[in-house]
Amino acid sequence: MKKLQFSEICKSFGSVVANDNISLSLDEGEILSLLGENGAGKTTLMNILFGHYVSDKGFIEVEGKKLAPGSTRASLDAGIGMVHQHFTLADNLTVLENIILGTEPLTRFWSQKKQAYIKLQELSERFGLLINPDARIADLTVGEKQRVEIIKALYRDASILILDEPTAVLTPQESEHLFKVLKGMVKAGLSIMFISHKLNEILEISDRIVVLRHGKLVGEVATKNASKESLAEMMVGRKVTRPAYEKLKKGKAVVELNDVSLNAKEGSTSLSNINLTIHEKEIIGLAGVAGNGQAGLASILQGLASPSSGELKLFGERLNKYGPSYLTESGVARIPEDRTNEGVIGEMEIWENFLGEELRSKSKSGFFIDKKQAVSSAEKLIKEYDIRCEGPHASTRLLSGGNIQKLILARSLSNNPRFIIANKPARGLDEGAISFVQQQIVNAKTKGAGVLLISEDLDEIFELSDRIAVIFDGKIQGPFDSNKVNINQVGLMMSGEMKQNSIYEN
Amino acid sequence: MRIKTRRNAPFWLIAALPILSIGVAFIIGAFFILWAGESPINAYIALIKGSLGSTFAITESLSRATPLIFTGLAAAVAFRAKFWNIGAEGQLYCGAMAATLVGTGMIDLPAPIMIPMLFIAGAIAGCLILLVPVILKTHMKVDEVVTTLLLNFVILLFVNMLLEGPWKDPMAMGWPQAARIIDNGVLPTIVAKSRLHLGIIVALLMSVLMWAIIRFTVWGYEIRAVGHNQQASTFYGISINKSVLMVALFSGGLAGMAGVSEVAGLKGYLTLTLSPGFGYTGIAVAMLAQLHPIGVVISAIFLASIYVGADAMSRTIDIPNYIADILVAISLLSVLVGAMLTRYRIVWGK
Repeated sequence: MKKLQFSEICKSFGSVVANDNISLSLDEGEILSLLGENGAGKTTLMNILFGHYVSDKGFIEVEGKKLAPGSTRASLDAGIGMVHQHFTLADNLTVLENIILGTEPLTRFWSQKKQAYIKLQELSERFGLLINPDARIADLTVGEKQRVEIIKALYRDASILILDEPTAVLTPQESEHLFKVLKGMVKAGLSIMFISHKLNEILEISDRIVVLRHGKLVGEVATKNASKESLAEMMVGRKVTRPAYEKLKKGKAVVELNDVSLNAKEGSTSLSNINLTIHEKEIIGLAGVAGNGQAGLASILQGLASPSSGELKLFGERLNKYGPSYLTESGVARIPEDRTNEGVIGEMEIWENFLGEELRSKSKSGFFIDKKQAVSSAEKLIKEYDIRCEGPHASTRLLSGGNIQKLILARSLSNNPRFIIANKPARGLDEGAISFVQQQIVNAKTKGAGVLLISEDLDEIFELSDRIAVIFDGKIQGPFDSNKVNINQVGLMMSGEMKQNSIYEN
Repeated sequence: MRIKTRRNAPFWLIAALPILSIGVAFIIGAFFILWAGESPINAYIALIKGSLGSTFAITESLSRATPLIFTGLAAAVAFRAKFWNIGAEGQLYCGAMAATLVGTGMIDLPAPIMIPMLFIAGAIAGCLILLVPVILKTHMKVDEVVTTLLLNFVILLFVNMLLEGPWKDPMAMGWPQAARIIDNGVLPTIVAKSRLHLGIIVALLMSVLMWAIIRFTVWGYEIRAVGHNQQASTFYGISINKSVLMVALFSGGLAGMAGVSEVAGLKGYLTLTLSPGFGYTGIAVAMLAQLHPIGVVISAIFLASIYVGADAMSRTIDIPNYIADILVAISLLSVLVGAMLTRYRIVWGK
């Protein structure tokens, strides 16, 4: 009997078909990977499973019994547990409190912490998910928080576990450990559905792979018959071309950071004594687990913060004046991390967002907006960068993520910048947009720009970078020539377990 | 029943919204009139006659609209940047105090110089008092809704003290009012045998000026950008604090000018009854106009007509003029509900 069975699920939002007649099943003791780009319909399908949406057509069965549509409670009772990409834990409570949250009846005045404690310890030992039940969530690392999420599902006697992009926040070593745990769980009889778009992992962890594209189920293969290339093609619908790496002779230094420190605001990591030089015609990839100081470094290089101490040289001259406008005018292209909330103002029109960074320098006598000029240059860039929109007067919030990123690239790269600070430029985009974004960055390098590429995607870093630096707890190791380090070493440095002098003296 | 985000609100919907809201207000208002024992049709005819039925009625409505245009603009420009200035009432009195200080004998210049001087003095006074909440907000993150609102009472009590003490006009037979504005400072009437004065022209000029600033200038871009998205504005290099300061100066200045216009135009002297809540009604004016500076003119005239018409209605037939407050309140609520419906749509069923 199938553990979980989706039958002919259809769901549309207005004219957009998110799930088109999807049927798939999960066997007992199996790891099934659900592969697809952003917008392929993975999340919608899971939302239907959890009763957040009701499908237009079709039904779901758990162990042969129909699941009541639109009821989260029914899904939980049926033994389905979900580990979300964004954790759903209360930071100010302990591990134990988070786990029993929502499992106890409202009408009982005392909580059965002791029994819960014992059960939690049992689960934690049985599956190798070591965790201190009394630790506060706020004090845990990202990897530990994820363990809590998994235990939370197991505590509710889940027999089907769904993991949504679980490795996005983990170092390679932590992912490795997670995979071991998951394999142990399926041996114990659980069934796991693993949602991801990282092909390497999927090939490593799963028994079977189903691929979604534009809301349709386009393929189903046993993992042993699948290859990275065949999966990528299935997922995107055509051959994927990534920009070719080309080593160029690097030029003068564009940015030099000498002993730069930043006392960060509460909630983000401070930087201590950062030394980094970026040259013309090179891409430096900055690897690191999110929250290790990338945001602080990016904000310094984007003119949003000034270092607490240390020296920052831009194009050979010591920088004393900070501020986005000054940097933009000097030839720095800035690609922000959060493209929809920081990169553009959704409520304003497209031409206005093109103007954003150069508002004052491009206005008449610094005061009157030169709308004619701005609209015509927006029109030109929309064509040049193939931004899909109704025209320069359309509201920016109507653009897709990929098109917003194109707008940001067009805005910053069309000025032929000499330095590019790109913070996770390809994150969350579909394959077509990713290769476009990466190609633009590579083209800018060929034209002579120096690039700092901040990314959590190690594949991206290794594919594009000339040199790789690693940031951990506000300190930088490297940069190392990208052919002299491997993904494993970078992974260890990302978790602070390896020091650079064990690779080679820099 | 669920609520869905609209992709794009059609223009006709945005334009029709205030008109629909007013229609709803009149329909609901009709029930209250019935409850008061009168025919809604007669009542509304009396209301319209009283506000628009004669030259005099029209000039009365327009002169009532004058301060509302100023305070409406004050609210609109501030709310555009999501700076919630609820203190236009207090700033209005500050402007009135400044006009009284400068215009009751401190200086005496020919009218073409004297009148602009009064407006400038009033605007500066409105700005200065608003600086207190602004600095508290930008430096200590104190919520401006609380500070601007509470300052209203402080200012009103201060005016009260002046009128009972040092500024009390000995010629006023014991009434708490200040001395009259000197002749050169009085705003001339622009329609014979009416109370409609130069203030309305200044108000109209200001609304065109604000519209042009918001639409065509770097300042306007910054005000709108900060109002929509502070994070992206910062990324663009717009200083949030500077923008808030600029908006506050506009807003406080406009509210201050309302006070000048009332003191030097309508009343001739400062009293505690100078404003029956023009500062607060200005918020309703701005919301009804959906924060559009030109729309402010239309909505100010509309609300003023309702108030003036309701006064006339209560004189001719036996209905309390509170019906005006009901009509204004319902149209405002309808606009708020309607504004939500331009951004979201309601879908029946799952």
